Amino acid sequence: MAGRKRKWLAPAVTAAGILAAWEAAVRIYQIPLYVLPAPSAVLSSLGTEFPVLIRHAGVTVAEALAGMGLALFLAVLLGIIMDAFPGVKSGIYPVLVVTQTVPMIVLAPILIIYLGFGIAPKILTVVLMCFFPVAVSFTDAMGQMDEEYVHLVRSFGAGKWQAYRLVKIPAAVPALVSGLKVSATYSISGAVVGEWIGAQSGLGYYLLRVKNGYMLDKVFACVLMIVGLSLCMNGLIRLIQMAALPYMEKKH
Amino acid sequence: MKLEVSGLSFSYSDREVIKDLNFQIKEGEFVSILGASGCGKSTILKLLTGVRKPSSGKILVDGEEIKGMTGHFAYMPQNDLLFPWKNILDNVCLYGRIHGGLDQAREEAMKNMEAFGLGGYEKSYPSSLSGGMRQRAAFLRTALCQSDILLLDEPFGALDVITRGEMQDWLLSMRETMNRTVLLVTHDMDEAIYLSDRILILSGCSGITCELSPENPEGGRSREWLYSQGKLRQRIHREIMGRRLDENHL
Repeated sequence: MAGRKRKWLAPAVTAAGILAAWEAAVRIYQIPLYVLPAPSAVLSSLGTEFPVLIRHAGVTVAEALAGMGLALFLAVLLGIIMDAFPGVKSGIYPVLVVTQTVPMIVLAPILIIYLGFGIAPKILTVVLMCFFPVAVSFTDAMGQMDEEYVHLVRSFGAGKWQAYRLVKIPAAVPALVSGLKVSATYSISGAVVGEWIGAQSGLGYYLLRVKNGYMLDKVFACVLMIVGLSLCMNGLIRLIQMAALPYMEKKH
Repeated sequence: MKLEVSGLSFSYSDREVIKDLNFQIKEGEFVSILGASGCGKSTILKLLTGVRKPSSGKILVDGEEIKGMTGHFAYMPQNDLLFPWKNILDNVCLYGRIHGGLDQAREEAMKNMEAFGLGGYEKSYPSSLSGGMRQRAAFLRTALCQSDILLLDEPFGALDVITRGEMQDWLLSMRETMNRTVLLVTHDMDEAIYLSDRILILSGCSGITCELSPENPEGGRSREWLYSQGKLRQRIHREIMGRRLDENHL
């Protein structure tokens, strides 16, 4: 318990120190709001803007969840296909890695050209950001698992696809969850990037609007909201892991 | 004959691992294949289960030739290979899950939990069990197969000496109640003498060079009897070492 307390204490002290220095600097040097808002100003606008932020956050979270769900489905499907057919893997896998190096900020406007200003290009932006970590961790875990497990179930009379259901997929699930934790953190940012390029609602749209109005306190409040939501998405995956994979908890 | 292997050969990347292997096992018999590490013991089991394809030779079960994965054999690997994501009960019911008889398998498993020293651990995950218990669970998983012949691949090789001894005692006591045909592969001379009706000594490509039947004139088996088998151990030792020396000279 004491160790856990200490673990929290150090980053909390660091954050409090930075915030105090920031607040002091803004007050002492009388920095105007449109250059740098004080943490207290950010907090107070987070309070006043909260109903608006929540409304926009609802849109962003919906896009992030839809995108992540789609990314998960595609990653699992492609992962199994690549594992079952090594020829497909050697053809697709390197291409997959290269596509990941294209910056999302370049792709998002192109998606809007193709798919319009609706929700589709935002979801696709999230899919493109979340797919890679999930697909790579899942595929690698299946490729690296102990072949003896497969020999065992095959000798018991299981067919090729039964072996996937019984051993290969369950064995790769912990890695899949790790990949999901990474992509869950990305998912909100992905949706925000999509909204930034062109939207009528969502945190990205709100962010662009208040930035153009030089309301930096609201910009920071929105950033806080994005950080909070990203952490919540990560926490959501942790909760699912605890509920669905109890055997992973016992190892600690 | 329950199992007949005749003229079985297997090559792995141009290297002949097994050449012209011949042996037979009767119904209900417990037979050990004894040999040094790397002499192809485990490969024989992989050929029987159909995981590997022989380059030539025949495998007959009840007089009928079999090819590929037929489900005639229940295989138990050296590492327990229990699924960490399943509890013990679900782990031991693997055969039932594959062949669609899960409820029946569960019932059967629950009846055997006590005898396998796993009573009260049905809902536990493998990671919370000791090495010996995990190995017993792996053995129960194998025993619950409807297959005719159990193949044990150094089942206690990964355990410490004391636990291994306990597991051997336990397997000996189970032997009588189970009455299954068993083929055990091991490099442990004492294990082979203690447990088997017959020992086949395997010397790499020379195939089976010697066949021994350890017998206790007073009936049954005990550690005392095992420790008095000096001559038999000497003979096995000479057989294995002599062959190795011969092979090295060639």
